[in-house]
Amino acid sequence: MEPGAAPQPNSTVLDSKVPDGPIADLWENHKFSMNLVNPSNKRKFEVIVVGTGLAGASAAATLGELGYRVKAFTFHDSPRRAHSIAAQGGINAAKNYPNDGDSVHRLFYDTVKGGDYRSREANVHRLAEVSVNIIDQATAQGVPFARDYGGLLDNRSFGGAQVSRTFYARGQTGQQLLLGAYSALMRQVAAGTVELHNRSELLDVVLKDGRACGIVTRDLVSGEVTPHSAHAVVLATGGYGNVYFLSTNAMMCNVTAAWRAHRRGALFANPCYTQIHPTCIPASDDFQSKLTLMSESLRNDGRIWVPSGAGDARSAADIPEAERDYYLERKYPAFGNLVPRDVASRNAKTVVDAGHGVGPLNNGVFLDFAVAIERDGHDAIAARYGNLFDMYQRITGENPYTSPMRIYPASHYTMGGLWVDYHLMTNVPGLYAVGEANFSDHGANRLGASALMQGLADGYFVLPYTIGDDLAGLLGDPVVPTNDPVFTAAVAGVEDETSRWLSTNGSRSVDHFHRELGRIVWDNIGMARTETGLRSALSDIPALRDEFHNDVRVLGSADTLNQSLEKAGRVADFFDLAELMARDALEREESCGGHFREEHQTAEGEAQRDDDNFSHVAAWEWNGSDTPQTRHIEELTFDNVALSQRSYK
Amino acid sequence: MSDIISVTVKVWRQDGPDSSGGFETHPQQISTDASFLEMLDLLNEQLNDRGEEPIVFESDCREGICGTCGVMINGRAHGPQKATATCQLHMREFADGDEIVIEPFRAAGFPVIRDLAVDRSPLDHIIESGGYISVGSGAAPDANLTPVPRDAAEQAFDAAACIGCGACVAACPNSAAQLFTSAKVGHMALLPQGQPERWSRTESMVEVMESYFGSCTNHGECHEACPKEISLDFIAYLNRDYVKAKVKNRALSGQR
Ligand SMILES: Cc1cc2nc3c(=O)[nH]c(=O)nc-3n(C[C@H](O)[C@H](O)[C@H](O)COP(=O)(O)OP(=O)(O)OC[C@H]3O[C@@H](n4cnc5c(N)ncnc54)[C@H](O)[C@@H]3O)c2cc1C
Ligand code: SF4
Ligand code: FES
Repeated sequence: MEPGAAPQPNSTVLDSKVPDGPIADLWENHKFSMNLVNPSNKRKFEVIVVGTGLAGASAAATLGELGYRVKAFTFHDSPRRAHSIAAQGGINAAKNYPNDGDSVHRLFYDTVKGGDYRSREANVHRLAEVSVNIIDQATAQGVPFARDYGGLLDNRSFGGAQVSRTFYARGQTGQQLLLGAYSALMRQVAAGTVELHNRSELLDVVLKDGRACGIVTRDLVSGEVTPHSAHAVVLATGGYGNVYFLSTNAMMCNVTAAWRAHRRGALFANPCYTQIHPTCIPASDDFQSKLTLMSESLRNDGRIWVPSGAGDARSAADIPEAERDYYLERKYPAFGNLVPRDVASRNAKTVVDAGHGVGPLNNGVFLDFAVAIERDGHDAIAARYGNLFDMYQRITGENPYTSPMRIYPASHYTMGGLWVDYHLMTNVPGLYAVGEANFSDHGANRLGASALMQGLADGYFVLPYTIGDDLAGLLGDPVVPTNDPVFTAAVAGVEDETSRWLSTNGSRSVDHFHRELGRIVWDNIGMARTETGLRSALSDIPALRDEFHNDVRVLGSADTLNQSLEKAGRVADFFDLAELMARDALEREESCGGHFREEHQTAEGEAQRDDDNFSHVAAWEWNGSDTPQTRHIEELTFDNVALSQRSYK
Repeated sequence: MSDIISVTVKVWRQDGPDSSGGFETHPQQISTDASFLEMLDLLNEQLNDRGEEPIVFESDCREGICGTCGVMINGRAHGPQKATATCQLHMREFADGDEIVIEPFRAAGFPVIRDLAVDRSPLDHIIESGGYISVGSGAAPDANLTPVPRDAAEQAFDAAACIGCGACVAACPNSAAQLFTSAKVGHMALLPQGQPERWSRTESMVEVMESYFGSCTNHGECHEACPKEISLDFIAYLNRDYVKAKVKNRALSGQR
């Protein structure tokens, strides 16, 4: 379909199943109206939870506590290793402990606005409501949040928020929250309510008569392919930021679980909504395997600049003040270096593309602390950022106290994901998605410290209620036996795929293709997108994909730990996802949040939304490998937040 | 600034838990800007190009926080740099001409799965036996109901910073897991929320630990290898609590 054209004939408008009523009472009232499963009946239900990050561990633990029989799966060697562990900055909650004017409504409002008015109001409000319970829960589990001298919890303002609502545990908030959820999970493993399957990778989702009835996994050590059945399947498998190859995500993050669900009929929503974080350490060479995030807080004291002259290769110290361009301060006098993530990222790209990039590969901008050090002293800056400066020095070998840091944007988070309704159920009955794997709460841009909140809200406080409403209707139904033809066919499919990789016998490694794919995606579906770029991606991606399928070399066998084999399937799914990202970006003829179409900007170069035509979610339906997906929509209405244009001048 | 150095990599290859293993030697030219694991990535790329199976090694975050990585480098768990996980080590720590011997973490409790990958699941079993505070979702009181002295919270954090990498076990001449276990026991024993289960937790975690790992004889190698510099004081604290737990648990169950 041509961009901007009317929806295709078979495209439908999706029902989010948000109940009617005033938003502030919606969730409370809905909890009362949902069906319950009687405590003694819960053990009659089996639930599969895939993923043990914040969302999956909290969901599996809570479902186990309630009495459901849970099977939890992770491809990691331990649930504690999930990517959630790497989150640094903190977690938002509307506790209003600092008494600075925060409230559930304000967190709701900020999240809808921060998402550039592309999220579902009812979900966001619920998220803000339960945010307070998360902090209570985590504290009771022993999460050592930062405290003040009175022994009470400390808060800070994060990512430009006007209130201090971010709870944190040094620079390791994700680690501590995940260890809390992991300990709750292990308690249920000990209690026998959760059966844990480590080093098991989901490779297919199985449906019977249109309903999810189980999954197929591959044991990464023995290679054994096994069917598992259940009354419901929950995917908590994280985001797809590694489609760019280089990202701040952990090496193993991938889209395979969500994508295999998509191929079985689950709609994939807003794939083009990706977040590029402005402050990461630039790549140092072609062998770079991943990028490291430098906390956003550095922008509070660091000044961002590039040499005024293009191609200036002098070291920072040799460039006089008059020949430096502090471009954010120049263009955004009000917000300066503290403009939102997407604006900071895009501006860095603009100056680097124009030849002002710094560093050996000319691929960064300076983040300079000289003024702050002179003003506050070396020790004050060390107290604020010492850990980060050490980390920077460890990676680059350069001392940020004496020469400016070099930073550049990198892929960080993905707002898109499996489409879910108010119950967090996909359009496939019995199949749920929680955490970063779903598309739900962040619209076109996620605010800092809100992903941890969403993952834990979904897992501890939302899914455990909503899943009961659906399961209650299945009482007495047995699970589909794993010798049913739907399972045997799925197992055979996975085994075929495995042997196909091993027999391709091409010449290049899986990583080689992943890196090449990442380049195309970064260049064309990254910080700024154009129709021309997206169209070229739509021809380059399938061409490289063909090459990948014919020329990839995966050595070894299927019955041992074989990391190339694992990666082959994941990269294959990234290829398909990348193509859909390009189509989604092409058809969304507007700019919003992380999706910036150069054709759609204000006179000042800011993102220009088109609320009349694009105030909707795009959710794509798989039509088989040879037919393009169908774009369905969910209309978004804003009854509680007034739409406005963001401005940071 | 980056330089290219030549090193000789002697790396352990082993097909499976029951196969016998051996060293393979590969000369490598590498930029000092590369991380240690990127050096192995490149080596794997070359092996794959030559039709040889890549070396299995594990990593995920590559930021020193997930605990997935970990190998012995020249006989030291996580290699030469202090307070640094394998993934954070960079080639600028090595000199031109160096020989780098890479082996899996070796410990009775950590069987080799393949090449440099080992099975550290006993650490999960220790947590499963009591490394938690029993509070169901939704049952928690307001977080500020119980103030926690800042120092206690900070010390609890020092212990909770453990990444579960197992380097302490690999570095220990007895393959003991005291540092890991004491970190979790200490984290919870320092907080008011951890008190109700303090004694039962300590006793059961120690018992499960002893069923997998050797005994601690206070060498202190664990602390030297630990990427998070978990203090040996936590081991002393664990030992003290364990003795107390033995008495208290008996008293509590009325067998005095
Ligand atoms: C460097 C960095 C810093 C961040 N800092 C913050 C922050 O300060 N605040 C904030 O709010 N957010 C932050 N985020 C974002 C946040 O960390 C993530 O969005 C969030 O942790 C995702 O949690 P999750 O449970 O959805 O998924 P994950 O933690 O990614 O867990 C995914 C799980 O699924 C499993 N899995 C995946 N696929 C399969 C499969 N096919 N088969 C079996 N298992 C599978 C994995 O093993 C894992 O257990 C940060 C992100 C990054 C990259
Ligand atoms: S105590 Fe240190 S060495 Fe041992 S598992 Fe924890 S972080 Fe690793
Ligand atoms: S890979 Fe995560 S700690 Fe090294």
